[in-house]
Amino acid sequence: MIDWLVLAIAVPLLGSVVAAALPGRASAIGLATAVLTTGSALAASLVVAEGGSLRSDLGGWGAPLGIALAADGLSAALLVMSNLVALGISVYALDYFSGGVRRHFWPLWLLLWTSLNGVFLAADLFNVYVTLELLGISAAALGALSGRPDAVAANLRYLLVGLLGSMTYLLGVALLYTELGTLDIGLAAEALVPGPLAHTAFALMLGGLLLKAALFPLHFWLPPAHSQAPAAVSAALSALVVKAAVYLVLRLWMDLFGPVAGPGAGAMLGVLGAAAVVWGSWRAFRAERLKLLAAYSTVAQVGYLFLFFPLLAIAPPPEREALLGALVLLALTHGFAKAGLFLAAGLLQKRVGHDRIDELGPAIQSLPVVGLTLGLAGVALIGLPPSGTFIAKWILLAESIGAGQWWWAPVVLIGTLLASAYVYRLLANAFGPAAQAEPAAEGALAPIGRLAQAPALLMTLVAVVVLGLGGEPLWGLLEGVGP
Amino acid sequence: MIPDAWLPAAIVLTSLVPGLLIFLLGEERQVLRTLLNMAGALLKLALVGWLILGIYEGRTFESRLTIAPGLDLVLSADALSVLFVTLSSVLWLVTTVYAIGYLEHSPNRSRFFGFFSLCVSATVGLALSGNLMTFVIFYEALTLATYPLVAHRGTPEATRGARIYLAYTLGGGAVLLIGAVWLQALAGPVVFTQGGMLSGVSGEHEVQLVLIFVLLLTGLGVKAALVPLHGWLPQAMVAPAPVSALLHAVAVVKAGAFGIVRVVYDVYGVSLAESLGLLHLLAVLASVTIIYGSVRALSQDGLKKRLAYSTVSQVSYIALGASIFGPVATIGGVVHLVHQGIMKITLFFCAGNYAETLGVHRVSEMDGVGRRMPWTTLAFTVAALGMIGVPPLAGFVSKWYLGLGASEAGSDWVLIVLVASSLLNAAYFLPILFRAWFREAPARWPDEHIPAGRLETSGALLWPPLITGALALAAGLFAAAPASPLEWATLIARREYGL
Repeated sequence: MIDWLVLAIAVPLLGSVVAAALPGRASAIGLATAVLTTGSALAASLVVAEGGSLRSDLGGWGAPLGIALAADGLSAALLVMSNLVALGISVYALDYFSGGVRRHFWPLWLLLWTSLNGVFLAADLFNVYVTLELLGISAAALGALSGRPDAVAANLRYLLVGLLGSMTYLLGVALLYTELGTLDIGLAAEALVPGPLAHTAFALMLGGLLLKAALFPLHFWLPPAHSQAPAAVSAALSALVVKAAVYLVLRLWMDLFGPVAGPGAGAMLGVLGAAAVVWGSWRAFRAERLKLLAAYSTVAQVGYLFLFFPLLAIAPPPEREALLGALVLLALTHGFAKAGLFLAAGLLQKRVGHDRIDELGPAIQSLPVVGLTLGLAGVALIGLPPSGTFIAKWILLAESIGAGQWWWAPVVLIGTLLASAYVYRLLANAFGPAAQAEPAAEGALAPIGRLAQAPALLMTLVAVVVLGLGGEPLWGLLEGVGP
Repeated sequence: MIPDAWLPAAIVLTSLVPGLLIFLLGEERQVLRTLLNMAGALLKLALVGWLILGIYEGRTFESRLTIAPGLDLVLSADALSVLFVTLSSVLWLVTTVYAIGYLEHSPNRSRFFGFFSLCVSATVGLALSGNLMTFVIFYEALTLATYPLVAHRGTPEATRGARIYLAYTLGGGAVLLIGAVWLQALAGPVVFTQGGMLSGVSGEHEVQLVLIFVLLLTGLGVKAALVPLHGWLPQAMVAPAPVSALLHAVAVVKAGAFGIVRVVYDVYGVSLAESLGLLHLLAVLASVTIIYGSVRALSQDGLKKRLAYSTVSQVSYIALGASIFGPVATIGGVVHLVHQGIMKITLFFCAGNYAETLGVHRVSEMDGVGRRMPWTTLAFTVAALGMIGVPPLAGFVSKWYLGLGASEAGSDWVLIVLVASSLLNAAYFLPILFRAWFREAPARWPDEHIPAGRLETSGALLWPPLITGALALAAGLFAAAPASPLEWATLIARREYGL
């Protein structure tokens, strides 16, 4: 039997090495690796969907000694989304990067992909640290790929913040290890007793991860880093890398710190999430450049994810399942939508050489497919039907009212209206009377191929149509996840 | 043979699929685009006919898609939804013909007809919604599909009107969402049920139910243009005439009114709404809106703007009918859903004809227009007299039942509202008719670009108002005939009151 879990990590790692060794053929190697990696990840998820969960002990060494990989419904859901988005980004990158940058892009990109799959599949706390660290380093390197001073500065800060985050996390892991003598998440959970040490470890690990997840007020590093990176990289940073940290928070919250993580911690995360929703949406509304808008919108969307925690902390089992499904649905929808938005922004930037929102009208009108992509991404970010966000918000609202915590409802309302406002600022230009000005400017517009437009459109379609109308199997997949 | 579970979904898809295909067509593929439009519209009408036949034979129809545990997208057909679906399907067909004639030479037609079809899909979906969540979904989809239509011309004025429209409707949609979710948290899935579905939970949650009703009414009132939420409607008339026609007659405004009827009868149930005092609230709001809209219409010189304020006023007759306890008033409100639609679409078609043919946009420019365009003006006259409530036209039937229902329910003050409104209607419509028929025509029209030939204007522009005008006449003349809107409204009222 083929070990899909191992392949999902080994294939991109191997591809990365080969692409670095043969820079002339980096694109071809990269694309082949992307297809194979996605195939392995999908296969692993399919097995999980049919069988419930998967586990693989590398080299025959089981816990507590060896490196173990494991996948359940939660990892499978994020694995599918991440790999499909990463495949789309790879196709997009074929056209987007040229010359020297292309050679640097592929090895780093495949390394990022390796560590991303690693985060979702790691079954012990130290592997989580290793993959997280690798993820941060490759992400920062990719972000600085353009070599422009402001991009380098922003991503250097991103790198340092990432290191601080993973170090804090590691400190918590060390504390746990001295107490429990194991790094395996399952074994540690069995041995964990609530007490000052467990609480300290929880605080440290959570704090480190929140920094990486850019939860308000720890989001300060995200907007410059994500908006300065090349569009293909921004898409991966906003859609996937941030999600990896959120995934780990959720994973540890449910699987390891169940007895420690109570309503108090949940309420704190909820309050920070609420602040992120309002502040991030407001800054997105005030942003002058499209990529900055997209980056602040990520801050807000991460906030929504944390609004679920106060409810998860107190919900009885049936409500918990509804909430968990909605949380994951929101994360997946945002992944597809935000990646699509960044890729579309990259095309516009290529077309006219800038991404100043107020002057993008002619560029959007000259690329109707990109206009449609922006519209669909907007629908998903606002949370209008039929997107997955709409369903997730519906459940979030219903559960918070049902649990008597109605105060989250106005937060969602304000966030939704602000999101409508920032999406409107972008799309209002699409119907402007610029049609007559277009022929004169035609010479100034760079050509954009059809292949480059396809991934973004497909991603936003998945976010709006597939996840919105066909998201129901997700709840089946997530059955049995958590305590 | 289409299985029963597919029919409601198929009725939505007959406009959704052509709409999506039209987006993919090049601007110059006029023949194929027209073919898709007409085929979709005719097919939809045929399927609606089948649906009516099936319901007549006692079959039930329901398409269901589970999108999350406990959240089902449900399309089903009851008497009320059939009424609205039939109205939208017939008027969509007519409006499509009109729009093809109207936009013959303007840019971005693929985009226009694409969104036009999406708009109708959303309306039909909303009509067929079997529960509140499905309704909310299509209600929001309608907002998204109509925004590009209002903004279509791309002028600063159109952009501004569309922005105001969007601000109002998205805000209203968010409020509606909160209300709907709250209700679901309280009562479980809100399935539209004849006679209401809340009787089981009403006991200890009265305050919450009142608050939820206010939220729902606010969300729906934006589209139904209830004062003070009507501000977008006069601005949105910058849209091309076929869009205004559709917006005012079937799609947006009617969606709000239809939603109010649904909430009163099939969510709360009219008895519960009465005992919570909600009907009184609605009656006051509707009455204020009726008078306010008519008063504002008096002073408008722009023809479309006058018609827009008239819509503000007339649509609230539907809410008024829903707010009076008793089956007779219900009949008046529900039948006005149809009557106002066919009359108002006629008026907007005619306004579009004056503008397209002669460049006449203002009431003050309409002197003698009846001699130059007698058929259009005839249709306009029939619809305007119907709006005033002159027997035997459609509007008379609505007002008769509303008045009768009000006096039966002991709400005599409603009669005063009706009389005042009719006088105001006469005051803003009769001067137009007088100018059109009896004043001397000017030497030259503001901007005549369709010369008078065998027909007074192009055929695609002339036939739609004549057809809908004839419908407005027929709906009044043959109100007692079987399968008339009045008969159908009577059936609905009887079922809602369990008679």
